[in-house]
Amino acid sequence: MIRYIAHRLLIMVPTLIAISFIVFVVIQLPPGDYLTTLIEELRELGEPADLKQIEALREEYGLDRPFLIQYAGWVAGLVQGDLGYSFEYEQPVADVVGDRLWLSFIVSVATIVFTWIVAFPIGVYSATHQYSWADNSLTFLGFLGLATPNFLLALVMVYFANVWFGTEIGGLMDERYIGQPWNWGKIVSVLEHLWIPVIVIGTSGTAGMIRRLRANLLDELQKQYVVTGRAKGLPPFRLLVKYPLRMSLNPFISDIGDLLPQVISGAVIVSVVLNLPTTGKMLYEALLSQDMYLAGSFLMFLALLTVLGVLVSDLALALLDPRIRLQGRAAK
Amino acid sequence: MTGRAASPPGGGDPPAGPANERFVSQAPFDPHSIEALTPEQERYYLAGQWKLMWWKLRRHKVAVFCGGLLVFMYVCAMLAELLVPYNMAARHTGFIYAPPQAVRLFHEGRFVGPFVYGLNYKLDRNTLQRTYTVDRSKIHRVRFLCRGDSYRFWGLVSLEIRLFCPARDGTLFLLGTDRMGRDMFSRLVIGSRISLTIGFIGVTISFLLGIVIGGLAGYYGGWVDAIVQRIIEVLRSFPVLPLWMALSAALPVTWSPLWIYFGITLILGLLDWTGLARAVRSKLFALREEDFATAAQLMGASPRRIIGRHLLPSFTSHLIASATLSIPAMILGETALSFLGLGLKPPITSWGVLLSEAQNINVVALYPWLMLPVVPVIVTVLTFNFLGDGLRDAADPYK
Repeated sequence: MIRYIAHRLLIMVPTLIAISFIVFVVIQLPPGDYLTTLIEELRELGEPADLKQIEALREEYGLDRPFLIQYAGWVAGLVQGDLGYSFEYEQPVADVVGDRLWLSFIVSVATIVFTWIVAFPIGVYSATHQYSWADNSLTFLGFLGLATPNFLLALVMVYFANVWFGTEIGGLMDERYIGQPWNWGKIVSVLEHLWIPVIVIGTSGTAGMIRRLRANLLDELQKQYVVTGRAKGLPPFRLLVKYPLRMSLNPFISDIGDLLPQVISGAVIVSVVLNLPTTGKMLYEALLSQDMYLAGSFLMFLALLTVLGVLVSDLALALLDPRIRLQGRAAK
Repeated sequence: MTGRAASPPGGGDPPAGPANERFVSQAPFDPHSIEALTPEQERYYLAGQWKLMWWKLRRHKVAVFCGGLLVFMYVCAMLAELLVPYNMAARHTGFIYAPPQAVRLFHEGRFVGPFVYGLNYKLDRNTLQRTYTVDRSKIHRVRFLCRGDSYRFWGLVSLEIRLFCPARDGTLFLLGTDRMGRDMFSRLVIGSRISLTIGFIGVTISFLLGIVIGGLAGYYGGWVDAIVQRIIEVLRSFPVLPLWMALSAALPVTWSPLWIYFGITLILGLLDWTGLARAVRSKLFALREEDFATAAQLMGASPRRIIGRHLLPSFTSHLIASATLSIPAMILGETALSFLGLGLKPPITSWGVLLSEAQNINVVALYPWLMLPVVPVIVTVLTFNFLGDGLRDAADPYK
């Protein structure tokens, strides 16, 4: 097992390097840099841009240096925990970001837990009652969940949550807790606001998960050992839980690797709509204003979250399934 | 030796009875008659792979229905200008945020044919809220095959004819109007052109990339495969939407809307090929060991010919099915990007651009009809999903 973990961790290193390179290429892609955007903005406002000052800024942040050197500097900073400097906020990125990364993390994890809790019983029910009335309607509902754009669902849900439950619009906590240190009241407030984004982000993932669990369990239920068990007179519930369910759990866990990018993508757009204090909104603004280090940190963080999620799911799979552990690599 | 099966115990010659009149058929004897197929069987056994798939698909009622619906939608998108009562950009300043007008057939119990009631407009001086009331005294009959505003059909010919238009002095806002008083129905139908094609072009790009890259990895294996696998892993571990956002934010502002459109399709396609490449690769791994591949190799066919001519056709159907299934993701992606203002921008109109008008909660409360473009999005995504499911089942006709 230890060998497997070490192997798995080692693989992550080149992946992360590649990801950081892509992120840097992407945030460098827009023609010009933040300073050209700034000059243009100033010009639009009718203020003459202080070219000398801007040149100084450019030199200070190394924006005029070759691409690879900038990249090396950025990565070296990242490794030491220095996320770079946000031009827009004129602060180090780490200060600007603050709680956002944590809140993003909480929203993602909560969404995945929600997805599991909802998808598991429904998937099992659908598979054991194949083509029943409930299965068909659940399948259709699942398809509908897949097809509805997240952001619109978010809008509609917030509206009805406001009309029916009086939840205030947007945000992830009560206004008085914003910028406050964490305490019990703040946690409760976050939990009260968390359910809307979690449901909205979770719908499409849940729908996909139900379909996969159903398909896997159906495959498993047709196998001969199930027939044997039934012929031997095992009680139906015991027969279901003891073997087929355990077999179909495998993809359930390995799916976390596919689910996480989806959840994070969903979280980004939903948080723009709902004005959540997570990464989405700020990433969006940073992308628009070419605040490259800020955008880069967010992209890097989101990718890191995904890579870690895949790692966790691989390790859980290895724990669950000795075949993977002994083979020394994830069979997917 | 115990097997004396040939002569049963106590046997002997069968008892001689009266001599039978032996019947001898005069028809010429055909030893293969038992193998002959009925015409029906023959039709089935000799049918090509594609024909078999078509037969199998035809049995999948939902998929056939969805396929028909999609054809209908694409035809509508092609003929969009003919089908809508107004030009996409025509403003009706007297009817800003007008609610949808219901088409009716009966007025006070009397049949009049399709018509709409007129709208009365009132501006609340205090709240500045526009209220429209239905005026039951005004009856605007819908005209059919009539002359409306002129438009350039496919940018080629100038036409005026429309399938239906409002009454001469009336209005016909089937789905209401937006903040500039533009007819939502017309915008939605014309917008389908962009929304429906963007998935197609995007899938074509990802299809080509997937086949070429996956083909190379699967055929050569070894280090080529290892590199491709790593690239795919890295790309798959990216959350797609933020990357899409970053890439489309990088499209130069100076580009014309058409170039932005192609840029967006390119971005959608560039991140989508990984799944397809994996499928191609794993199939090729299995197929390249087949005898016919070896034979082609020994005869000196180039890798390009072997892959393209001998290996790919064996699973093109699977590829088409999976491509169909990845179109919805692209349509949703475009919608999301445009909604955020990072994708297509006006004057280009797609469903996502239309939805970007429905950005805030006021819309849900006051002008819910602005959210209607989500209906065709959902319908398209669902139909592509169902059709793709059917295609996937039909892709393996021998099973």
